[in-house]
Amino acid sequence: MEQWNGFNKGNWNNKVNVQDFIQRNFTPYEGDESFLAGATDRTLDLWKTASKLMKEEVKKGILDAETSVPSSITSHKPGYLDKANELIVGFQTDKPLKRGIMPKGGIRVVKNALAAHGYELDPHTEDTFSNQRKTHNDGVFSAYTPEILKARKSGILTGLPDAYGRGRIIGDYRRVALYGVEFLINEKTTSLTTLKTPIIDEEVIRTREEISEQIKSLKQLKELGDLYGFDISRPASNAAEAIQWTYFAYLAAIKEQDGAAMSLGRVSSFFDIYIERDMAKGELSEEMAQELIDQFVMKLRMVRFLRTPEYDALFSGDPTWVTEAIGGMGVDGRTLVTKNSFRMLHTLENLGPAPEPNMTVLWTPRLPLGFRNYCSRVSITTSAVQYENDCIMRTHFGDDYGIACCVSAMRVGKQMQFFGARANLAKALLYAINGGKDEKTGDQVGPSFTPISSEYLDYDEVMAKYDNMLEWLANLYIKTLNIIHFMHDKYNYEALQMALHDDSVLRTMACGIAGLSVVADSFSAMKHAKVKVIRDENGLAVDYEIEGDFPAYGNNDDRVDQIAVDLVEQFMDKLRHQRTYRNAVPTQSILTITSNVVYGKKTGSTPDGRKAGAPFGPGANPIHGRDTNGALACFASIAKLPCEHATDGLSYTFSIIPEALGKEEKGRVSNLTSLMDGFFLDGGHHVNINVLDRDTLMDAMEHPENYPQLTIRVSGYAVNFVKLTREQQLDVINRTFHRVV
Amino acid sequence: MRSVKGRIHSFETGGMVDGPGIRFVVFTQGCPLRCLYCHNPDTWKMKGGEEYSPEQIIEKALRYKNYMGPSGGITITGGEPLAQPAFTGELLLQAKAAGLHTALDTSGFAPPAARAAVLPYADLVLLDIKSIDPEGFKTVAGVTMDYTLDTLNELKQMNTPVWVRHVIVPGLTDKTDEARRMAGFLKTYPNVEKVELLPFHKMGEFKWEELGEDYTLADTPTPSAELMTEIRTIFKEAGLPVD
Repeated sequence: MEQWNGFNKGNWNNKVNVQDFIQRNFTPYEGDESFLAGATDRTLDLWKTASKLMKEEVKKGILDAETSVPSSITSHKPGYLDKANELIVGFQTDKPLKRGIMPKGGIRVVKNALAAHGYELDPHTEDTFSNQRKTHNDGVFSAYTPEILKARKSGILTGLPDAYGRGRIIGDYRRVALYGVEFLINEKTTSLTTLKTPIIDEEVIRTREEISEQIKSLKQLKELGDLYGFDISRPASNAAEAIQWTYFAYLAAIKEQDGAAMSLGRVSSFFDIYIERDMAKGELSEEMAQELIDQFVMKLRMVRFLRTPEYDALFSGDPTWVTEAIGGMGVDGRTLVTKNSFRMLHTLENLGPAPEPNMTVLWTPRLPLGFRNYCSRVSITTSAVQYENDCIMRTHFGDDYGIACCVSAMRVGKQMQFFGARANLAKALLYAINGGKDEKTGDQVGPSFTPISSEYLDYDEVMAKYDNMLEWLANLYIKTLNIIHFMHDKYNYEALQMALHDDSVLRTMACGIAGLSVVADSFSAMKHAKVKVIRDENGLAVDYEIEGDFPAYGNNDDRVDQIAVDLVEQFMDKLRHQRTYRNAVPTQSILTITSNVVYGKKTGSTPDGRKAGAPFGPGANPIHGRDTNGALACFASIAKLPCEHATDGLSYTFSIIPEALGKEEKGRVSNLTSLMDGFFLDGGHHVNINVLDRDTLMDAMEHPENYPQLTIRVSGYAVNFVKLTREQQLDVINRTFHRVV
Repeated sequence: MRSVKGRIHSFETGGMVDGPGIRFVVFTQGCPLRCLYCHNPDTWKMKGGEEYSPEQIIEKALRYKNYMGPSGGITITGGEPLAQPAFTGELLLQAKAAGLHTALDTSGFAPPAARAAVLPYADLVLLDIKSIDPEGFKTVAGVTMDYTLDTLNELKQMNTPVWVRHVIVPGLTDKTDEARRMAGFLKTYPNVEKVELLPFHKMGEFKWEELGEDYTLADTPTPSAELMTEIRTIFKEAGLPVD
């Protein structure tokens, strides 16, 4: 194909293989950021227009919403911000920031979300999805058992994707740029015609139907290009087209699905190959290349979904998790850092900080120093970047993996996950103590064991009961997820995203846990101090008094850190024994997003001295204020957690005031680089870096209008601080800010 | 040889403002000075703290070797580390043997034998000079400045790099002519790599109250940004690298 002229040939020419294309054609970059260009006037003008709309949006809650036409790849006419100045085009609906509706997930959710913002759902649409067409949400609730419903209500299982799209699937959007849609349709058509099986059973029927759906969606994707005046049936012929084609593919995905996390994958160094080719031909300057990336990122910052207030409380700040994985090393030892890795991060400087796209640097001390220091510099000025351990992940996933949502690695186009939200391990501990009764309501939610009756908690006795309770919880959890994902496949299948995968994909059942530090500290208190039980008039344990001191997780003290390590393995082993839908491989993450606040609210007092309703530590973090031995001790504790039992990722959020990072800018940059080198050498998996003053956050709470772009990393993603609920703002402020006086 | 134990107030595992790079910071217990603005008065008492051998401390510090990068290391501060010379000397020696860059944060107030036991093993000394004026020094620190000057001279002879630290306190150490004198004086020490001018703050005040000590600087304001700039300029113009 003529669009491939100038590229090195390989297997990728005959069969879809983006990794092969990248490895044969990319140019590693080992220098620093001095080549970068600022934003063009055209970009700044456009960003001003976009910012004005976003400001209005913050004021109104949402800017606009569709009320009748369900969103699909081709549902809406083209939308523009300022057509003459837009280098990259396309919105989810016919207007920027106007939110579409996706009733296949659940009609009640759509109706409630619209109502919450003062819009009314079209009665015809409501009738269609209430009476003519079943939704994912209806499907799930028609199969849930009474036990599941109870567990869901009590909050021992929370955030389940049963009323919203599951997300966490990354289509290989680059394929559209490299091959064009036609090639992809031909490939899938061949797959369908050559799929010859001796029998036709449910599994074969499902596979045939899914491939047919995928082909249909690819045809719609081509139509989407046509609507905007582009012929994307052929491969992209230059950098501008490569970015536009890739964006169309991503746009089609977010028009079809409103999954919690709709991640982008790993496009930066892929684009670099096209940019380098254009530059060699003299067709593109550095300024023009940056302009394309700035404008692409601007579009990613404008992705919107319609959500209910309950959803917002769980995942605060309107996140979309347009996660882009940047950097990393190739399996052959060359760095995958390119000039375009810098350009992507540079958008945070050209356009100012923002939570999306969710910039995720795949870090190892082997990355070129110029790039590591540039990342540190951008982190210090924007607090908008997260980091993951490339060495750990490359070993599992090869060198072309992306990050779904916050921390979940997967091979792009070859692997997907069934997102499973999380189980509340702290509540499970209270169930173990109370014989399966909920500590807040007294309801029998878990299995009815003999409760603990002693005045003081005995470590061994509680641990034995806890182990049984976790066995029950793991089983219930997987049963619940099996229902959810069966129904999601049936009623809300991600045809376009799966069309951008290989035919045969690895599926994981991505479970998660919350409350790790609460449980670890609780057992530490039982072992090293004395924990007295306070019971109410019905004999229900409702509070605890701690006599003496105990080592707390987060201080590099093995006496408690080992408890946390064992817990991670203990629960993972129980998940491994379960039978999963589509034989998905169970995995686990230690990640809470902002839901550590909601989980805390739903959980009574715990034996570590945490009071009822108080927030958990986010992700794998210690409880606020208990890490008292300095930053490195805390890093070291987190790094002990066994990644092999949490392959879906474990999240740590690190906040430090600028003054504590060093006295002058240069020192701060190299210190932050050393911190991350050390953490990842130690075996840490993920870290969010916030370099902020608590005073700034306090002021932003009182005067949000002065901080429209103030960005802060929470567990696994970034948010506009002013978009958080007040409770969550306080939670962020109360976290440990490492400082030195 | 059995190593001598030291009294330790606490540890900080990620110090980034006490010497270059990322550092494991050891706070020793006990200080003979009574600086009016001290923010760690809880380290004054010679008794108290917890006993550690140098080996135990090196073992702790080495857990963080991955984080220290090319420039980090260990910093011994206090309290006054020179008040436990045998221990501090041994600790620095062992740290060097373990491949850690060593920094000593001190007021320099110690008799000759104590200095001789410690100073040769420091790769860098952070020397706190309270005031260039002998009277002013005594007012701020409660002791005379002779030992501090001796320390500085010995470090010059050993050619040990020194970062001078000096706190600017309104009414006590904020006079520009004194700043000029100090800058002129420090210029004669080629081993002074850097001068850190620190604005007075009251973040330690609550500790004085907890200890039942009388905090006399309660009404002293923090120095203005303009004053800090003015004093920094004086040192810069004298050709000294200023932080």
